[in-house]
Amino acid sequence: MSEEKQHISSYTSHILVLGALLVLTAASVAVTSLEMGKYNTLVAMLIAGTKAGIVLTWFMHLKFDNKIFAIFTVAVIVLFLLVLYVTFFDYSYR
Amino acid sequence: MSETITSKHVSFLEHKGKYKGLLGWILSTDHKRVGLLYLYTMLVFFSIAAILGLLMKIQLIAPGYTIMGPQTYNSMFTVHGIIMIFIIVVPGLPAVFGNFFLPIMIGAKDVAFPKLNLASWWIYIIGILVVLSSQFVGGWPDTGWTFYAPYSFRTPTNVLPALFGAFILGFSSILTGINFVVTIHRMRAPGMTWFRMPLFPWTLYATAWIQILATPVIGITLLLTVMERVLGVGVFDPTLGGDPILYQHLFWIYSHPAVYIMILPGMGAISEILPVFSRKRIYGYKAIVLSSLAIAFVGYFVWGHHMFTSGMSGRALYAFSFLTFIVAIPSAIKVFNWVATMHKGSLNFQTPFYWAVSFIFVFMIGGFSGLTLGSLATNVHVHDTHFVVAHFHFIVFGGTGYSFMAALHYWYPKMFGRMYDRGWANTGWAVFFGGFLTLYLPMFGLGMQGMPRRYYDYLPEFHTGNIISSLGAILMIVGAIIVIVNLVRSARYGEKTSEKNPWGGKTLEWETDTPPTLENWEDLPTVEERPYEYK
Amino acid sequence: MEKHEEHTSHVHRDDEGDKLGMWLFIFTELLLFGMLFLMYAVYRYKNPVAFQLGGEELDVFIGTFNTVILLISSATVAMSITAIQRGNKKQALILLGITLFIAVLFLVNKYFEWGAKIEYGFYPGSNLLHELGHGTTLFFGLYYVMSGIHALHILIGIGLFIYVVHQIRREKIHSTDYVWLENTGLYWHLVDLIWIFLFPLFYLIH
Repeated sequence: MSEEKQHISSYTSHILVLGALLVLTAASVAVTSLEMGKYNTLVAMLIAGTKAGIVLTWFMHLKFDNKIFAIFTVAVIVLFLLVLYVTFFDYSYR
Repeated sequence: MSETITSKHVSFLEHKGKYKGLLGWILSTDHKRVGLLYLYTMLVFFSIAAILGLLMKIQLIAPGYTIMGPQTYNSMFTVHGIIMIFIIVVPGLPAVFGNFFLPIMIGAKDVAFPKLNLASWWIYIIGILVVLSSQFVGGWPDTGWTFYAPYSFRTPTNVLPALFGAFILGFSSILTGINFVVTIHRMRAPGMTWFRMPLFPWTLYATAWIQILATPVIGITLLLTVMERVLGVGVFDPTLGGDPILYQHLFWIYSHPAVYIMILPGMGAISEILPVFSRKRIYGYKAIVLSSLAIAFVGYFVWGHHMFTSGMSGRALYAFSFLTFIVAIPSAIKVFNWVATMHKGSLNFQTPFYWAVSFIFVFMIGGFSGLTLGSLATNVHVHDTHFVVAHFHFIVFGGTGYSFMAALHYWYPKMFGRMYDRGWANTGWAVFFGGFLTLYLPMFGLGMQGMPRRYYDYLPEFHTGNIISSLGAILMIVGAIIVIVNLVRSARYGEKTSEKNPWGGKTLEWETDTPPTLENWEDLPTVEERPYEYK
Repeated sequence: MEKHEEHTSHVHRDDEGDKLGMWLFIFTELLLFGMLFLMYAVYRYKNPVAFQLGGEELDVFIGTFNTVILLISSATVAMSITAIQRGNKKQALILLGITLFIAVLFLVNKYFEWGAKIEYGFYPGSNLLHELGHGTTLFFGLYYVMSGIHALHILIGIGLFIYVVHQIRREKIHSTDYVWLENTGLYWHLVDLIWIFLFPLFYLIH
């Protein structure tokens, strides 16, 4: 970082990101009361996933840092999802 | 630690830092000293666990009570397993040779986080002490090293410290992994591109990723078992709704990749040794690199083959069996490459070469018996028999143990600036190798006949095999004593050498002083070609 | 985690490497919590009704409140990095002060939330859970384990922030050397990240 050009995020951008996260939180609470059967969980997870993506991209600075961090992060998430998937080979067919 | 600027050509062994004597070692952040600290610790615990193993084999020399009863025997195989797995084989090559040689082989002065490195050794020691404290209060644990639920929270023996100690040891492993990945990413010498990196650092890189991504799984699993035992949260307890098979899933999601933590660096060390003693370029450098990464990745998804008889769904059985066969391919690629490297080489028969070649031999037996276990039909017959014990020891002891010994004999002059007695070293190897085969080969037969593992007693028809096996154990221990005594003695009295490159190696560690100075290099080396370029 | 050292005779400073180290540590944490989520998935799959009833026992208001303040604290940490980069020490300290306050507030809320649940009889091994059966026992077992380990991370975060504030005051962290603050920030965002998933999975089950 020393003298290299380091990306400095403005206060405004942080506030905007926070606003988006709060709106999504409100949406997540609001949709809970809707009756969508098994899709409720799906929607809740989609919203949470979006929020997580926002936190990773802006707050955790993946957008501006060395690309390798973003690549690793995606790989780790994929790895976890694959482990989850393989585990359910057992539980879904027992 | 502010060590003063080193005068030139003082080896790290003689270097005087801020602290003197023992403190100068246990507080040193020098990666080479940390590596040796691990080596000495492991030596002590290997001896203890090997003696436990020997006692078990003496118990099994005849049916019925020979020298111990069932409860003692159960504790013996548990403690033998915990020490051997969590204290010796998992840290194994990365902690000792990785620490010592990774920075040198990529042309760095130290690892990325030297203090963290020393801290991982301290965490390791604390973990060991916690594990060992279970031996003194409330009786030795008797769960086996796998701590299977629900027995691990039902047994009256003192399993808590063992669980918690293994949890702490996990931290040490994770920190080492983080250190190595950052070191390799950030500290390679000028010109050392990824594909000019020697193979040992490559395998350490793959291993470090498994350490980072798999160790937390065992961490949380052991922690939950602790909570289950103390609080009764119910997550693994069938009487509260928990699923003990889920414990097995989680345990093996770590412990199968952990097998690759154990074996991958060993494969890397073998890939260093064979070209040097064949005077030939390694055959298929990139294939070895890629197969290492492939093993690390695919190794994540085969954990279920430890659970074929646990009551998983049929669909899961097929999936895991299939994946297990897939993971055999990259290992086979490596064996092919090693043999091809030796083919038409100018072979130099020295102690490291003997260990390396015998590694390939035992590793192949271990690997093929692994396929026997990986196919569903045969697995059901030999599951939890001595066949598994034999397979496991061929892979973990044959794989990691032999490659560890190969690496130790290979790098010994560089590490200590002294040479061991080659005659004794070769004798020790021969006795050990003979003992090893006599000990473990009969177990395959015993397992096929149906002798279960983890029992202190057996039916009379298994007697012959067990006598042979127990005699083999004694022979192997004699061999181990010869090897270890020779190495320990030579560290003090061995013939002094300051020759930089006794074997004619082509990697960077052979360009430093013998033994290396505090920061390995006065000027960082520049790398212009791939490793192992023998003309 | 990462230490910056004036180590031996050569001074080795590599902020990028330190950040990589922190990210690797975060991956470890992700897998650790990941396995808890995996257990949650398995047990919810096996006990869907009990999990829904269990979720209705939790207080959505406290859950939402904690989510909101944790998100705000994430933003204040991110802004404190901006402040340090601009060399504005005072603003950075104020922003970190807010973060610390929120972290403590989160734990206080948790204390009252847990206290009420325990008083009511929801705790591992309680008679009430025993009567309500396996599914509910598992739901509350996981609830305590997961939010407990999360709370432990908040506690560690508080320790890290106190250290960072101290270092900023001593001018050890400043506009050209702030990787400690960045890494602490990354850690804090991780804590937030975990909560983003814990919240709907426990409080908003439908």
